[in-house]
Amino acid sequence: MIRVVLPQHLRTLAHVGGEVTLEVEAPITLRSVLDALEARYPMLRGTIRDHVTLERRPFLRFFACEEDLSHGSPDAPLPEAVASGKEPLLIIGAIAGG
Amino acid sequence: MSKVRVLVGTRKGAFVLTADGKREKWEVSGPHFAGWEMYHVKGSPADPNRLYASQSSGWFGQIIQRSDDGGKTWRQPGTPPGEPPAPGPPKAASNKFVYDTSDESGKALTTHQFYDGTQHPWEFKRVWHLEPSLSDPDTVYAGVEDAALFRSTDGGESWKELSGLRGHGTGPMWQPGAGGMCLHTIILDPSDPQRIFIAISAAGAFRTDDGGKSWKPINRGLRSQYIPDPNAEVGHCVHHIAMNPSRPGVLFMQKHWDVMRSDDAGDNWKEISGNLPTDFGFVIDVHAHEPETIYVVPIKSDSEHFVPDGKLRVFRSRTGGNEWEALTNGLPQTNCYVNVLRDAMAIDSLDECGVYFGTSGGQVYVSADAGDSWNPIVRDLPAVLSVEVQALP
Repeated sequence: MIRVVLPQHLRTLAHVGGEVTLEVEAPITLRSVLDALEARYPMLRGTIRDHVTLERRPFLRFFACEEDLSHGSPDAPLPEAVASGKEPLLIIGAIAGG
Repeated sequence: MSKVRVLVGTRKGAFVLTADGKREKWEVSGPHFAGWEMYHVKGSPADPNRLYASQSSGWFGQIIQRSDDGGKTWRQPGTPPGEPPAPGPPKAASNKFVYDTSDESGKALTTHQFYDGTQHPWEFKRVWHLEPSLSDPDTVYAGVEDAALFRSTDGGESWKELSGLRGHGTGPMWQPGAGGMCLHTIILDPSDPQRIFIAISAAGAFRTDDGGKSWKPINRGLRSQYIPDPNAEVGHCVHHIAMNPSRPGVLFMQKHWDVMRSDDAGDNWKEISGNLPTDFGFVIDVHAHEPETIYVVPIKSDSEHFVPDGKLRVFRSRTGGNEWEALTNGLPQTNCYVNVLRDAMAIDSLDECGVYFGTSGGQVYVSADAGDSWNPIVRDLPAVLSVEVQALP
């Protein structure tokens, strides 16, 4: 079970609170987790990744296990602690005022 | 007695203001979509309980919201309300605005002019304006940044570009205004379902007479000193256009500078700024029952976006332009430095015509007597981006 923490506005859109848990088939990568997240919550499509290019929106970042995963390959394996459910994948809005 | 429902979009959420026909006592609902930029909220003329809203954010992009009960509840079209949908392939995305790049109709639509004059690819940013069909609640048009026109015929569940607008050949000459290169005005002709008027900052006004397949610029008579050729066919920063439905061939325009009028559906324009203290501004609107009575809110200049002399004044012409009177009763006349943006004025259709506008300071004002006197409905909302009004039975 993969744990994902969404920013507040996306929790509101998806009608969820706190963490989201997802069943994701291996390999556990950013792409596979986001695919599973968007399949479960289609209202989030386009809010994290561009609809067409699937690139990360510029003002969002991905963190896990105190690592910044925003700029790595979306197909790189996520840390084992994320794959095992011990640690969540954090989707965070950039601090840019607001 | 009739009721009115005022739909207010702000920098940090949407608000729904309701009152009976006297328009004196108001109920305020909101903020809806708190924290999001609500560029526009508008109801369907064919079904007043069907509302569409443009919700956007620099972080999370564009969302389309729809209400089928007059704003009590909302949902993203295509997703069930309340609960997450069942697992499975995602449905059509209501926030998917993809420019036409097809070989047959979109191939040539590549770049527009950037601020510095270089060419820049079209990039979707947000929906500025939603214009529901006059006859079908499920059909709605969206004016977007970077400038293009989209249409949904399934209640906002999916969108398709009417790419003939970008395809008539002048796209590479369009350029962004200070607010971005946005298609902000959509007017549907009640006498001719095939005719639509739109306006873009900074490209100008355009018209289709075949339901959106082909378009032509309608900017003859506009003169803009801030572009290389002041009389160019395109490139003018049109801020807003208004029409009285009883006379769809007569259009009124607030350009960047200049208030203009056309009596031939946009084919030719003439200036009607007359005695206005400044003819820069954003909003313009027409009285519901007196098609020669028009309203503007002059703004000091393109570099000082606030009302002149610290006075919030609506100017009314009862002669179709040129002769203007300042309407000040109930509006602040000292130390006021607000702006009124292009979609932030609306007119209701009650017998005693109501006029509404919202400010960058978060006030929404109403006049229940066609502008003679004004009262604030609310004083302290976030900065107002848009105001629409519905008259309800």
